[in-house]
Amino acid sequence: MTELTSLTIAEARAKLSAKEITAVELTDAYIAAIEAANDTINAYVAVTPEKAREMAKTSDARIAAGKAGALEGIPLGIKDLFGTEGVHTQACSHILDGFEPRYESTVTQNLWNDGAVMLGKLNMDEFAMGSSNETSYYGPVKNPWRAKGSNLDLVPGGSSGGSAAAVAAHLCAGATATDTGGSIRQPAAFTGTVGIKPTYGRCSRWGVVAFASSLDQAGPIARDVRDAAILLKSMASIDPKDTTSVDLPVPDYEASIGQSIKGMRIGIPKEYRVDGMPEEIEALWQQGIAWLRDAGAEIVDISLPHTKYALPAYYIVAPAEASSNLARYDGVRYGLRVDGKDIIDMYEKTRAAGFGQEVKRRIMIGTYVLSAGYYDAYYLRAQKVRTLIKRDFEVVFDAGIDAILTPATPSSAFGIADEDLAADPVKMYLNDIFTVTVNMAGLPGIAVPGGLDRKGLPLGLQLIGKPFEEETLFKTAHVIEQSAGRFTPSKWW
Amino acid sequence: MSVDLATVKRVARLARIAVSEEEAARMMGELNGILGFVEQLSEVNVDGVEPMTSVTPMNMKKRADIVADGGKAADVVANAPNSDRNFFVVPKVVE
Repeated sequence: MTELTSLTIAEARAKLSAKEITAVELTDAYIAAIEAANDTINAYVAVTPEKAREMAKTSDARIAAGKAGALEGIPLGIKDLFGTEGVHTQACSHILDGFEPRYESTVTQNLWNDGAVMLGKLNMDEFAMGSSNETSYYGPVKNPWRAKGSNLDLVPGGSSGGSAAAVAAHLCAGATATDTGGSIRQPAAFTGTVGIKPTYGRCSRWGVVAFASSLDQAGPIARDVRDAAILLKSMASIDPKDTTSVDLPVPDYEASIGQSIKGMRIGIPKEYRVDGMPEEIEALWQQGIAWLRDAGAEIVDISLPHTKYALPAYYIVAPAEASSNLARYDGVRYGLRVDGKDIIDMYEKTRAAGFGQEVKRRIMIGTYVLSAGYYDAYYLRAQKVRTLIKRDFEVVFDAGIDAILTPATPSSAFGIADEDLAADPVKMYLNDIFTVTVNMAGLPGIAVPGGLDRKGLPLGLQLIGKPFEEETLFKTAHVIEQSAGRFTPSKWW
Repeated sequence: MSVDLATVKRVARLARIAVSEEEAARMMGELNGILGFVEQLSEVNVDGVEPMTSVTPMNMKKRADIVADGGKAADVVANAPNSDRNFFVVPKVVE
């Protein structure tokens, strides 16, 4: 019999509803897998086996009663950024030590309402600031993928590194993640998984620890395109508790899987061909173009002239919003407190001890660009550039382009504690060069595996869609998946 | 634009983050690296361009002006490092 943990969500759903397996059996299989692997992979920062078994029992009862929800009995991992009632929620930061909210985020509540089972909380870069999962207070996550013939530990990408690694290593059936500049799509690309950042406003931000509020958006990381569609259907909702949640009904994303892309117009932006990009990335991109053309899509060269300004604009907008959002961590209401000689001293010592280096760096940049005399030169200008970036996309979509195909990342996964990257924060930021434009414009973007590089490591392709046209992305990504196949790391842990 | 050590210390003070001399010096280099990187935005012509204030064109949703939640003082202070009878306790701020 196949291992229960190797089942996709769709496969597990079929076996559960046919009563070939029980939710408790499935959950137990995942808990055993986590216990065996987590000391090595470090994907989970908190495992909740009792809660998981309790939820699985309830699922079995609901299945028996014919009242199964869309995700009934499916064991999921939850990124530590989502507020989960009475359970470790620390954004993998020291400053939120011991924080267990008395509320549940809308996205996770939606999942539980549909019958999903929570296995625990997943590792991530501190406050979702990072592209390698190395800024976590709980230490780096190891990528389940290794280069052929090498035992060097690689990063799973970030910030949703725990989510991506757990999905790739079969330590959960699927995971929640969040994406502010690429934090779903880059780790998905590094681990051979599928990750979608939906349109801004599609998933509620309520109860999710805030990083940069005008960019943050939740989405799933899954083993294949269908599973990602199933998960997004449950995560997305119209939420009166989030004023930026959009009043549009959530479509049945899974229904778009298998639909034809014949006659679709796919844009290929010339600005995504960057200096120093490895040949293999270019080859992957060409392969993706060929697959879509073979499936009947029309390939159109397009230009998005302000692409190169997206990353610098992001490094003004995101830190500015972060410095404001993270002002709440002051040692008074929750988390860490370091005593001082007066209240200011207490704030300063608490924040010095509680935030890691990358978070401090971004708060400092944000504070500086918002400080008196600099607002117009930095923040206002960056928001104007953002308008131009968004306009670039509007122009090509108005000209009849249905979706845009690009590489997901400029490289495959790199080593943990890479010295080059550690020495230069900007170099690390360049990981998000292909993904960050999508956040700046609020558009949906999906990363889907396209193949392996010559080291045997996964590479991803990205599809960018029109606002709220996630269905187009799912059906197009599925075409790529049908051609490329699926990729699973061989188990070494 | 670049920052000097005095500016780094002033910004750290504004951000309420205690920094040592060594940290301030290290941060100065890192911040100048990032500021140098974002400097390229100055070459973009933004004349007459409106700043982006909303990702999707929509009116802000408003809730009905009614009490729908509350009475959760104990929940609100549950995670506080120091609280007393549902008040947050902080060092003395008024002489």
